[in-house]
Amino acid sequence: MVEIKTFEIKNKLGLHARVAAKLVNVSSRFKAKIFFERDGKVVNGKSLLSILTLACPLGSRITIRAEGIDARDAMEDLGKLIEDKFGED
Amino acid sequence: MDTDAEKKSFVLKGIGVSPGIVIGKAYLYDRFDAQVSFYRLRDKNLVAKEIKRFRAALKESEKQLLEVKNRLFELAGREPLYIIDVHIMILKDRMFINHTVQYIRNMLVNAEWAMKMTIDRYREIFEKVEDEYLKGRVSDVRYVGQRILRNLSGGKKEDIPKIDGKDIIIAVDLSPADTAQMMINKVQGFATDMGGKTSHTAIVARAVEIPAVVGLESITKRVRTNDNIIIDGAAGLVVVNPDPEMIKVYEDKQRHFEKAQENYLRYARLPALTEDNYKVEIGGNIEFIEEIPSTVSHGAEGIGLYRTEFIYINKEQLPTEEEHFLHYRSVVSAEGLQWATIRTFDLGGDKFFSDPKLAKEMNPQMGLRAIRFCLKEVELFKVQLRAIARASAFGKTRIMFPMISGIEELREAKKIFCEVKRDLRAKGIPMGEDIEVGVMIEVPSAVVIADELAKEVDFFSIGTNDLIQYALAIDRINERVTYLYEPLHPAVLRLIKQVIDIGHRAGIRVAMCGEMAGEPAYVMILLGLEIDELSMNPLAIPKVKKIIRASTLSESKKLLEKIMALSSASEIREYVSDYMSKRFPEEFQLNGP
Repeated sequence: MVEIKTFEIKNKLGLHARVAAKLVNVSSRFKAKIFFERDGKVVNGKSLLSILTLACPLGSRITIRAEGIDARDAMEDLGKLIEDKFGED
Repeated sequence: MDTDAEKKSFVLKGIGVSPGIVIGKAYLYDRFDAQVSFYRLRDKNLVAKEIKRFRAALKESEKQLLEVKNRLFELAGREPLYIIDVHIMILKDRMFINHTVQYIRNMLVNAEWAMKMTIDRYREIFEKVEDEYLKGRVSDVRYVGQRILRNLSGGKKEDIPKIDGKDIIIAVDLSPADTAQMMINKVQGFATDMGGKTSHTAIVARAVEIPAVVGLESITKRVRTNDNIIIDGAAGLVVVNPDPEMIKVYEDKQRHFEKAQENYLRYARLPALTEDNYKVEIGGNIEFIEEIPSTVSHGAEGIGLYRTEFIYINKEQLPTEEEHFLHYRSVVSAEGLQWATIRTFDLGGDKFFSDPKLAKEMNPQMGLRAIRFCLKEVELFKVQLRAIARASAFGKTRIMFPMISGIEELREAKKIFCEVKRDLRAKGIPMGEDIEVGVMIEVPSAVVIADELAKEVDFFSIGTNDLIQYALAIDRINERVTYLYEPLHPAVLRLIKQVIDIGHRAGIRVAMCGEMAGEPAYVMILLGLEIDELSMNPLAIPKVKKIIRASTLSESKKLLEKIMALSSASEIREYVSDYMSKRFPEEFQLNGP
C-alpha cells in the first residue's frame, strides 16, 4: 500500500527539533517505510536529523509518502499531527 | 590547596602566528580526541567487532543521557528536558547510525574515526542550511558524537561543556577546519602543542583574526581548563595564571594593539603608492567567501590568491561543478574588488588530511599533489576548470596553476583549459573574454626555466612558502628544522630577483602571494625588486600600505643593492631589521624583540 499526501507547515517555527522529534515518534510506530519530501529532496521520515536537514519553515509544503501495510494509518496520524500544528503555537 | 591565589604563574614560549592579545580562561579542547586513536582496521574480519563496539557505546550513551534527564527533571522541571530527548533521538537516529556503520564497513576505519566522519558530515549539511536555528542543531550532533567517542574510548572522563565565547582553546593540534570552526564559535584565541609559522592552521588563524601561539610543545599538559591565561600572538607568549600586575600590563598592551590596528585601518583604502609614484597592486589571500568583506575593508584591490582546497576538504564526495561555480562566482564578482586570482586544486602536503581513500605518502609535500594530481585525474580537474571559466563571466578572473615544475605541465594544463573553454563556447555558455593564465613559481626548477614559462603565461605569482621550503630543503611541519626557514636567505632573494627580472624582460606581471608578501619588514626589499603585486593575508595590508606610502622606489633599490651584496641570511636579517626599525620606528616596536 502506498499513500502520498502533501501538507503545509503551519506552525510558526517550522519543523524545528522538538516538532521533528514528534514526527519521528509517530513515524517510528509504524512498519511502513516513510519518506518526507521537500523541493525534490527526499529523506527518511524516521530519522530526526534527516528531517531537520529539510529545513522547512512556516508555509513550506512537504509531501509524505508511506509505503507498507499500515501506510494509511501512518498517514492519518502524521497528517493529524501536522494539521494540529504539533500541539504548539 | 588549589585556590586561584596559590596557582603558580608561568610563561610558555612558542611561535606567534597570529597577532593580538587575549586575556581569558583556558579550555582544553577535544582532549579525548588526542587520546582517542584513529586507525584503520587491518582486515575485514574486524568489522563486525568494531560495529559491536560502536553499538555498545550507543547504548552506554543513551543510559547516561537518560540519567542526566532524570537528574534534570528533579532539579528543573519539564522545560529543558526536550533537548535531551532530542539528543537521545539523535543517538537512535537510523541515518546517523547507518552512516557510521557504513564508514566502518566500507572504509575499514575504527569506530572512533567513523564517528568523527559522521559528525563532520552533519556539520557540513547543517552549515549549508540558511535557517539560523537549524544551523545551530549541528552542535547537538557534535555533543552526541563526542559523548559516543568518549564512551568508545572507555568513558569515565568528565563531560565537555559547550565552548563558551570567552574561552581560549588549548589543544595538541588543530586542523585548519577546526580553526575555521573557531571563527564560527567566536573563540578568543588558541594555543597548541604542535605547528609552525606556515602551517595552514596558522594561516587560517590569521585569516580569521584569532590571536594564536603554536609550537608550545607541552601546553596541554601544563594548563588546565579554567586556568587564567594570556595569549600574546605577536610575541608568541602564553602567560598562565598571571598575577594582577601582569594582567594590567597586558591590558595596556591590548589597548595599544587595538589602537594601532585602528590606526592602520586608516591606510587601508589608500593606494599603495610610493612617494616617488611607484604603484604596487595589493591583493588579499583568502580561502573562505566569508573573508571577502574584511579583505575589502582592509584595503585589498583584488583577490591575489583564492585557495580552492577548502571546497574539497572534509567531504566524502567530490564537490560538484555547481558548488565550485557558486564559490568562484562569489569571489570574482565581490563588490569592491577588481579582480580575483583563483589557484587550482593544490591538495597535498599538510592539507591532505581528510580523505582516507587517498593513499598516505611518505613525503606528501613532494608527492602527487597540486598540478601533478590534476593532470593524472583530468576529469576531476575539468570540473574545477569549467566552473572557473563559467565564473569568469561575472568578473575579472585570473587562473593560476600551482607547483609547476616544467613546461610540459604548463602546456598540458593550458591545453585542458582550452578544451574546456571550447566546449563551453560550443554550448553557448557565457565566459569572460580575458581570463589571464599564470603559474605559481614555487618549485626551484620553475625559477631556472622561468624564461621559457614566461613565453606562455600572462603572469607569475611567487609562492614563497613552498619556494623557500624546496630551495632550502626544509620539511615545513618538522619543528626541528623550522629554524632554517629563512626568507632572507641570499639564495631565496636571488631566486626571487631572478623570477621578477625574467618576468619583466618578457613583459609579464610578477606577483607574490606567499607569507613573505605580507611581512612589513620585507616591504622595501620587495619594492626594490619592483614587484608588481603583493597579495597577503588581508590583516597585513594596512601596515604594508603604510610602509609603501612612506617609502620611495629609489631608496628601496639602494637597500636592496646593499643586502644583495651580503653573503649570509643572518647578516641580511640584522641589516634589514636595523634599517627598518630606524626608518619606521613606530611600526617595528610593537612586536617587541
